[in-house]
Amino acid sequence: MNTGATTTADHVPGTATHDDHGNYLTCDKGFRSWILTLDHKRIGVMYLGMILFSFLVGGIMALLVRTELLTPTQTIMSADDYNRMFTLHGAVMIFLFIIPGIPAALGNFVLPLMLGAKDVALPRLNLASFHIYAVGAVMAVLSILLGGVDTGWTFYTPYSTTTNGAVIMVTMSVFVLGFSSIFTGINFIVTVHKMRPAGMGWFKMPLMLWALYSTAIIQVLATPVLAITVLLLVAERALGIGIFDPALGGDPVLFQHFFWFYSHPAVYIMILPAMGIISELVAVYCRKPIFGYKAIAYSSIAIAIFSFLVWGHHMFVSGQSDLATVIFSALTFSVSIPSAVKVFNWLSTMYRGSIKMDAPMLYTMSFIVLFGIGGLTGLFLATLSTDVHLHDTYFIVAHFHYTMMGGTMIAFLAGLYHWWPKMFGRMYSMKWANIGATLVFIGFNLTFFIQFIMGSKGMPRRYFNYPPEFEIYHQISSIGSYVLAVGLFVAGGVLVHSLLAGRRAPRNPCGGATLEWQADSPPIHHNFDEPLVLTDPYDYSGQEWDETVQGYVIAGASKETSST
Amino acid sequence: MNAFDSAALGQPHAGLRPFLAQLPDSFWMPSQASSVASEVDTVFFVIYWISAFFFAIIVGLMVLFAVRYRRRREGESVAKTAHHSVALEVTWTAIPVIVSAILFVVGFKGYMNLVTPPRNSYEISVTGQKWQWFFTYPNGYVTSELHVPVDRPVNLTMTSEDVLHSLWIPAFRVKKDLVPGRYTRAWFEATEPGTYPLLCTEYCGTGHSDMLSVVTVHESGRFDTWLEQAANLYDTMPPAEAGEMLVQRKGCVQCHSLTGAAGIGPTFVDMYGHSFATKEGTQIVADDNYIRESIVDPMASIIAGYEPVMPTFAGKIKDSEITYIIAYLKSVSSLGGTDEDEAAAADGEGTETEEASTEEVH
Amino acid sequence: MSSATNSSPDPGQGNEGKHHLAHYFDTRAQQYDSHKLAMWLFLATEILMFGGLFCAYAIYRATHPEVFLYAHTLLDKNLGAINTIVLLFSSFTMAWGVRAAMLGQRKLLMGLLAVTILCGFGFMGIKSIEYTHKWKHGLLWGERFDYAALQDHGGGHGETVVDEHAHAADDQIDAHADDDHGHADVDDEAAAVMAELDRDAEITVAHGHAPEDVPRNLHIFFGIYFVMTGLHGIHVLAGMGMLTWLLVRATRGDFGTHNYTAVDLGGLYWHLVDLIWIFLFPLLYLIH
Repeated sequence: MNTGATTTADHVPGTATHDDHGNYLTCDKGFRSWILTLDHKRIGVMYLGMILFSFLVGGIMALLVRTELLTPTQTIMSADDYNRMFTLHGAVMIFLFIIPGIPAALGNFVLPLMLGAKDVALPRLNLASFHIYAVGAVMAVLSILLGGVDTGWTFYTPYSTTTNGAVIMVTMSVFVLGFSSIFTGINFIVTVHKMRPAGMGWFKMPLMLWALYSTAIIQVLATPVLAITVLLLVAERALGIGIFDPALGGDPVLFQHFFWFYSHPAVYIMILPAMGIISELVAVYCRKPIFGYKAIAYSSIAIAIFSFLVWGHHMFVSGQSDLATVIFSALTFSVSIPSAVKVFNWLSTMYRGSIKMDAPMLYTMSFIVLFGIGGLTGLFLATLSTDVHLHDTYFIVAHFHYTMMGGTMIAFLAGLYHWWPKMFGRMYSMKWANIGATLVFIGFNLTFFIQFIMGSKGMPRRYFNYPPEFEIYHQISSIGSYVLAVGLFVAGGVLVHSLLAGRRAPRNPCGGATLEWQADSPPIHHNFDEPLVLTDPYDYSGQEWDETVQGYVIAGASKETSST
Repeated sequence: MNAFDSAALGQPHAGLRPFLAQLPDSFWMPSQASSVASEVDTVFFVIYWISAFFFAIIVGLMVLFAVRYRRRREGESVAKTAHHSVALEVTWTAIPVIVSAILFVVGFKGYMNLVTPPRNSYEISVTGQKWQWFFTYPNGYVTSELHVPVDRPVNLTMTSEDVLHSLWIPAFRVKKDLVPGRYTRAWFEATEPGTYPLLCTEYCGTGHSDMLSVVTVHESGRFDTWLEQAANLYDTMPPAEAGEMLVQRKGCVQCHSLTGAAGIGPTFVDMYGHSFATKEGTQIVADDNYIRESIVDPMASIIAGYEPVMPTFAGKIKDSEITYIIAYLKSVSSLGGTDEDEAAAADGEGTETEEASTEEVH
Repeated sequence: MSSATNSSPDPGQGNEGKHHLAHYFDTRAQQYDSHKLAMWLFLATEILMFGGLFCAYAIYRATHPEVFLYAHTLLDKNLGAINTIVLLFSSFTMAWGVRAAMLGQRKLLMGLLAVTILCGFGFMGIKSIEYTHKWKHGLLWGERFDYAALQDHGGGHGETVVDEHAHAADDQIDAHADDDHGHADVDDEAAAVMAELDRDAEITVAHGHAPEDVPRNLHIFFGIYFVMTGLHGIHVLAGMGMLTWLLVRATRGDFGTHNYTAVDLGGLYWHLVDLIWIFLFPLLYLIH
């Protein structure tokens, strides 16, 4: 126990006693040392960079789309450019940002640390996953240069097999990215199964690991179906095999079944790790054991299982059989239950806690509000008679932005702020971080809430021109998107600023009880340089606040520290 | 769409049409103009208030906790509370289960209403094509805007010529995809005369957002009159052209080819004016009277080599239309008197092949 | 698929000493188990990927049973059967090879890997004979399917089409009077009309004239056939690449009684490729 205290003392600001060559960021230098690294932390950081860049690209496209929609007719681009723009916005955001976002960037970094392991079980596969992701990203960019794609990110046949543009390039990019996702998934499953330290049973794992594990299962089981779907699409386009082509006796709706068999579970690939982050953060920032640990863990698995049974709810008006439609509606409701259980458990965790309103907690609370709206509006869509009216309108657009962006992106930011000091060893300005979080929250709601009303009143999605009566709605939404953009730039600026001028982070600035907080900030190459103290991941009673290091230390150690 | 005459389709869709909904709409929903609309809206608002209730509880509690239990200083002591509670977990699992089950049943019932057309609905077939709508009425008349009678169930049988489309009439709360190669159905019963927007909601390319049309709900009794008048467009066309359109729309070409090849019935090419042997061994000349007789009473005299399978068109065709068909048959016969429109005949040939193939794929 | 080799572990970290235990593992058993689990997961993804195709197969077989019944006669059962035997034999040599690796019998391992690779070549050779034959006869996918070629292939179907059709129609009408089973008549008549329309349709839908008794949309079967066997072929090629890599390493003496994970996992992959063919063969060649 004493060793922990002395190492913590190394991090007292101003005392340059810590060996800078020791941490994972500085232990090895040069481009090759990064691009060929097998270190999960470096791979996570590289993923983070790529993912944030993709987010920026997708975000700029979103702003262009919103700007175009300021007026009912052409504003800044042609209809064809608009179609390409929203297609790429969707494809980039989904395949390059949201799906890999939490697992590949944050997950890669924290998963082995939370397990107290030195690395993931398959570091080479991990690196391969990153390289494949990079290739996929390059292919996505190439598709823009090759004329863009105007199919919508769902690539519905027969439009996608007949339109011009670089459909093959972008679908092959999706295929390649799928492999990246599968490799990450395999890695996480194996790591969680085989690398848990002695004493950490399944129900002593942090909930983030449960979430990543459930996510990995979906990644491994669903992504191959996407792979074969896009291969068939490519074969259809390049060779004309006729499987999806009605002119050759094929069935275009079959593509939708194939596509959503992956892409609906993919929605949970996006949201499950987000829920994992929220489960961690609620406990840490309330300094209270998570309420209903097992309920949350089981609900993650339940969501993973249900996610495979609901794909047909994307086809309520596609002409699938009424029987299938009714069954899928019933199954769809089932998925709302574990989600609701999680929300109630988070709330109960807050009850009588010691709630620290730092940026990660603000994002966590944003998540609960936004995901709450996203989830509840899902009820309108699971209910058959209302879905018929709302399907393919802005109501849907708003709904999935509330779940994906209000859910996953907000949780991603929460996690990023939470683990940032651990990743880069720097503290950020809490005041500006909180301003950023507030702006994001306001901007987000301004942008998307109005879209619910628009949609139910009769505004279809993917419209370049729209009836003038919707102009005011669109303008509010567009203005909201600018506010959101400003908020995100503030949020990003805060982090960049911290790298340049932030004070050194202590080991445990937030008081987390999971194992990653026992590593240095940033961790050394092999993660831990001393034996781990394995405790309950949500037991905060063994820590106390140390004013000197501005962080939490193991109880009983602080006196010694201050006396040094 | 060679089979349709552009004159019949009105103006092409150029850009936006103003939305013409005439009834007041609410904050959330467009006006209600069909028999199911109020029911759908009721379900919507039931879910809305349930959601609002739970949302208020969740956010209310969260804000309350955040304010009340805000951390005053680091290291403050935290109250010991339960880590889990089976009773609570069961409660807040059961409540969503019950709410979901109720919503499912409500939605299911509403949906069955939406997809089950009443018997003897008025049938209109719909074809979507980048980026236009074609509505075909039972008498073969085609429009690009939908016209329906008020207070009468209308059943739409829909398909697409190219990519996916989706027909949405917000005021009727009805939506269904149009899938190439198969038929989908949607029905509604308009309750308020007026004009309502009709849109495409399945992304279909450049002109997706211009694939708009309107539904005109005719007041009681006015619809038939409208259709009658509108369908008289044949009177405004050159007779042979009208006749060509008629043989397509009335389905004559299913059996009587325009290519010269024998089908189930004799070909229309070189029929007019030529003489044929009948089954009984007599000779007839296919003149105006014979053709009229064959349409109204097909069994009267059958040309040798063909089965007596043609249904009568008596009552389904107007005299003037028969005249136009005769004019058309003249135009594709060497003995027709006028030899105009050989090109038209060639056109017809192409059209027929194309149509046949489309049908087959379906 | 390079993924196959990627997910195969490379226990030789080079600097990690004789027993090839990576620094992040505590024990060799943990390392071995991890790699094996990863391989099984990877195989699961492969099965799911082919599962998508099997679904497509099932759906189209259900909706177009006549197409599958007819089209499978255009495949060469004998070649398919030989290929099945070749792959089964290669699985046997592979399994034996894994055992040889476990026992440290380097020479035997090398020999068995070489035989397995040769079997792979044999399989692909026979496959290419089949493909060439189909290519020549226009038995291809979707829009490239050539119905005209079926006449050469099936022999003599084409010439009497019209006559046969006319007779068939006559017969039906005659039968009308005699037959008690009204339903059958209606069906027959419908079938006759359908056949009539089919004939017209194929002129424009497919390229070439289909003989009378050939079902429409035959190209669907061949689309599925080529996608399934093609994807399987790619997997065989990837497997052969992996086996070659194993052979090189075996020759180098990388494997021993404590270090045979790569051979073991490679074997698993090869068995999977084999297994998929075991499903493909009856589903495509032996339809009843």
